[in-house]
Amino acid sequence: MAEVFFFLAAIGAIAGAVGTVSLRNPFYAVLALVCHLLSLAALFLLLRAEFVAAAQVVVYAGAVMVLYVFVVAYVGDQGAPLGGGASGGLRVVSALFAGALFVELCIAVLGTGLSALSTEGVGIQGATGEAADQGFGTAAEMGRLFLTKFLVAFEAASLLLLIAAVGAVILARRRSGLEDPREISVADVLRGDGGTGIEAPTESMLESSGSGKR
Amino acid sequence: MTTSAWIVLLAPLAGFLVIALTAKVLPWRAHGWIGTLAIATSFAAAVATLIALQGRGEEERQVVSSAWDYAVAGGVDAQLSILIDPLSVLMICVVSGVSMLIHLYSVAYMASDRGYSRFFAYLNFFVFSMLLLVLAANFLLLIIGWAFVGAASYFLISFWYRRTTATAAGIKAFVINVLGDVGLVLGTFFILRGTGSVDFLQVFERIPEAFARNDGDLVAGALLLLVGAFAKSAQVPFHTWLPDAMEGPTPVSALIHAATMVTAGVYLIARMHPIFEQAPAAADVGAILGCATLIIAATIGLVVTDLKRVIAYSTMSQIGYMVMAVSAGAYVAGLFHLMTHAFFKALLFMAAGSVISAMGGEQNLDRMGGFKKAMPFTYGCFIIGGLALAGVPPFSGFFSKDDILLVMGEEGGWHWVLYAVGYVGAFLTAIYTWRMIFRAFWGEPVEQARELEHGHLYHAPEPFNPANGEIEDTDVGFPGPEHHIAERAWTMKVAMAALAVLAIVGGIVLIPHTTTWLETFLEPTFADSTIHPAENDSLLLVGLVLGAVLALGGIFIAYTVWVRRPGTSAQWQARFSGLHKLFVNKWYFDEAIDFLIVRPAAWFGRWGQQTFERVFVNGTLVGGTSGIVRAGSAAVRAAQSGFLRAYAALLLLGVVAVGLYFLIQSA
Amino acid sequence: MSMEWYLVVSALIFSIGAGGVLVRRNPLVILLCLELMLNGSNLALVTFARMHGNGDGQIFALIVMVVAACEVAVGLGLIVAIFRRRLPIDVDELRELQG
Repeated sequence: MAEVFFFLAAIGAIAGAVGTVSLRNPFYAVLALVCHLLSLAALFLLLRAEFVAAAQVVVYAGAVMVLYVFVVAYVGDQGAPLGGGASGGLRVVSALFAGALFVELCIAVLGTGLSALSTEGVGIQGATGEAADQGFGTAAEMGRLFLTKFLVAFEAASLLLLIAAVGAVILARRRSGLEDPREISVADVLRGDGGTGIEAPTESMLESSGSGKR
Repeated sequence: MTTSAWIVLLAPLAGFLVIALTAKVLPWRAHGWIGTLAIATSFAAAVATLIALQGRGEEERQVVSSAWDYAVAGGVDAQLSILIDPLSVLMICVVSGVSMLIHLYSVAYMASDRGYSRFFAYLNFFVFSMLLLVLAANFLLLIIGWAFVGAASYFLISFWYRRTTATAAGIKAFVINVLGDVGLVLGTFFILRGTGSVDFLQVFERIPEAFARNDGDLVAGALLLLVGAFAKSAQVPFHTWLPDAMEGPTPVSALIHAATMVTAGVYLIARMHPIFEQAPAAADVGAILGCATLIIAATIGLVVTDLKRVIAYSTMSQIGYMVMAVSAGAYVAGLFHLMTHAFFKALLFMAAGSVISAMGGEQNLDRMGGFKKAMPFTYGCFIIGGLALAGVPPFSGFFSKDDILLVMGEEGGWHWVLYAVGYVGAFLTAIYTWRMIFRAFWGEPVEQARELEHGHLYHAPEPFNPANGEIEDTDVGFPGPEHHIAERAWTMKVAMAALAVLAIVGGIVLIPHTTTWLETFLEPTFADSTIHPAENDSLLLVGLVLGAVLALGGIFIAYTVWVRRPGTSAQWQARFSGLHKLFVNKWYFDEAIDFLIVRPAAWFGRWGQQTFERVFVNGTLVGGTSGIVRAGSAAVRAAQSGFLRAYAALLLLGVVAVGLYFLIQSA
Repeated sequence: MSMEWYLVVSALIFSIGAGGVLVRRNPLVILLCLELMLNGSNLALVTFARMHGNGDGQIFALIVMVVAACEVAVGLGLIVAIFRRRLPIDVDELRELQG
């Protein structure tokens, strides 16, 4: 039974990957990636990593991909040339390199290279029995590990998130003088000139034509 | 005594430094007097050294005083040491004395020149170098002095540096001098290799043991020393620079190219006499070439028309006498003639300077005439100098020239040829000297002379270069606007008068059978000489009479040709036109040297620049290496294309390669 | 299921992502392919965790996810800034950093 689910999830993951790489429209590519991520979550579940699977769905497929969708919508489809017009030579080379990488990794995995791999995962009722006792893959287990063994990593990761957020805001903020003059912001509207930027005269027309009175 | 000897050497150096460092600070007139005072100090110290030397015992008359030990390297002990012995004391007295008088003369002569201070600085530097040369106690200092003197000569010949003729002459003199320097240095190497020392006294001691008589190495070394001597003393075939060197101001010609620098070669041969006596082949070459020079120069002197050049060729001829004498072993005679020649030749040059000033800068004999009445003092000096040069008794030149030829005769053998040629040369000397005097002073006065008779010194409408007639101005680098004649400048008169007196009575130091002061004085230096020809009194008498007769005869012939029968010279030119052409073209030496040496050198230089330098060095070596570097960096730069995907591809390639490596490693 | 299968799948996903980075011109899609590669390595990490029976690999995978999120935020911010300046959204055109 597990094999069937494995194959289904695997095929879904690979199909999603292929789709991301080859679909012309970036929006479709994002959607393909979402599909891939969900399949990967299924694989995680098969590996008894519940928390990770949940995080994958909520954080990755949920937040990150939504961000992607927003940006793709903002940027829009730039037309045909941006589709991915790689020259034939580059395609061949990249296929070659990627293929070579895959072959190497397979050799590493399947060959005698990584003899430290055990082919069977420790079962749920595992030989040592520790996995089940300690709740392998559960949220409680993750939390415990985060706050004890990997505390520094945890704190560093939160710092990294802060920095990234600040960085993203700075990168994407408006800079004066370079923007499209047709765009107006809320601040402009609140200033009272309806966003036109034209100053109201400080004196009345009567006063401004006053030189004739003297 | 050593203190005064060091003062002799250092006073001119101090003068040079003071003048150079206060060039803008003191008024220019002060520099003339500072320079003269420095040389006067030197002369006083030289006289003091002379007196002190004579006060010592006979055996102690060769003293070496060392100031500094440069290095002991390669078995050679290099010291800054001076040798005080009769020969060097004679030389320093002559050099400093004549230099002092010439400095005095220049105080007035160069007075309006913008480069006055520079002139005196250079003159002092020259005197320092010459004194260093004659006082040196080892080959190293000799070579240093030799080179400095050549440099000073270059500075002073091209003193009026905006004249292209002067700078060309300076370069010519310097190049030929450098050739001589090379000869001198190579000769030193030969001597050093054979004897293992550069110190004179040590070398002279070791010569007989180190070399056999006429040993090949020794002859080679001596011949190279002769090359150096001949280049410096303007002997054939290295003489072509001396006539051109007349481009320098007249005091320069008087000092350097008559009295002192050109006698350095004579001094060298006299000092190195142990070497030349052990290598008679080289000495004979020297004597023959000296003789050849004296006759060649005398023939050219008969036909040149530039006043200063006549005197220059006369210098060349007289030095030929001196070189002949010291090469053949007549050291005392040669040095005697050196001394007297310094007196009357400097006098002649000074007087010539006066005449040229009266002519407003013109130097051509063809345009001069009749200055007898206008310039009596200058005329008197010319007469005295001319009589001394021609060898009329009892003037100094008579005794010295006669002494040389007497020793030639006494030595016998093939030296009789030198004897005969020497007398022919004396005859010609009298002729060309008095030709010059009669043409400049007798005959119809030219307009410059007439103006001077009325008390007004002639000024040319525009200042011009006497050599090629180019118009110039009188700013820095050209002669000044004023001309100074002896009759109007007391310093010039004093200097010329002193030299005139010396030219008259200078012969007194060595009158045959009467006084032997010079001979006894120089005895300690030449005590180790092996050449002692037998005395021949009848030959002495014959020589004295012959010398006087030839001198007076020459004067008479000159009088006839140029005064009594004015057309004679033109007739003779027409009749002997071939000879005349040969003499006027200076025996084609310049042309020969140009063809044999200058053209190949110029061709080589051109080839070097166009072919070798351009193609090989610039193109291949420089261009090649830089081209390789440029190509390499272009190749490397191509990797920085800016394409993100290219970078990513390289990254991936790297990962694959590393993975492959580790896979293979662990397999 | 033997763990090798998971590792092979992970390797395949990683390679596909690498090829995609090289092939695509739209930087957005390149970032997506980067995500693919990260996911591939996540899978491998969780597989190893399963092999050893402890949670270290899963923690690693979670941290990787955090990092991926940060990187996406910054990268997309860059792309938005580029778009705002009216530069073409094409990595072949954006090559001023060249030698």
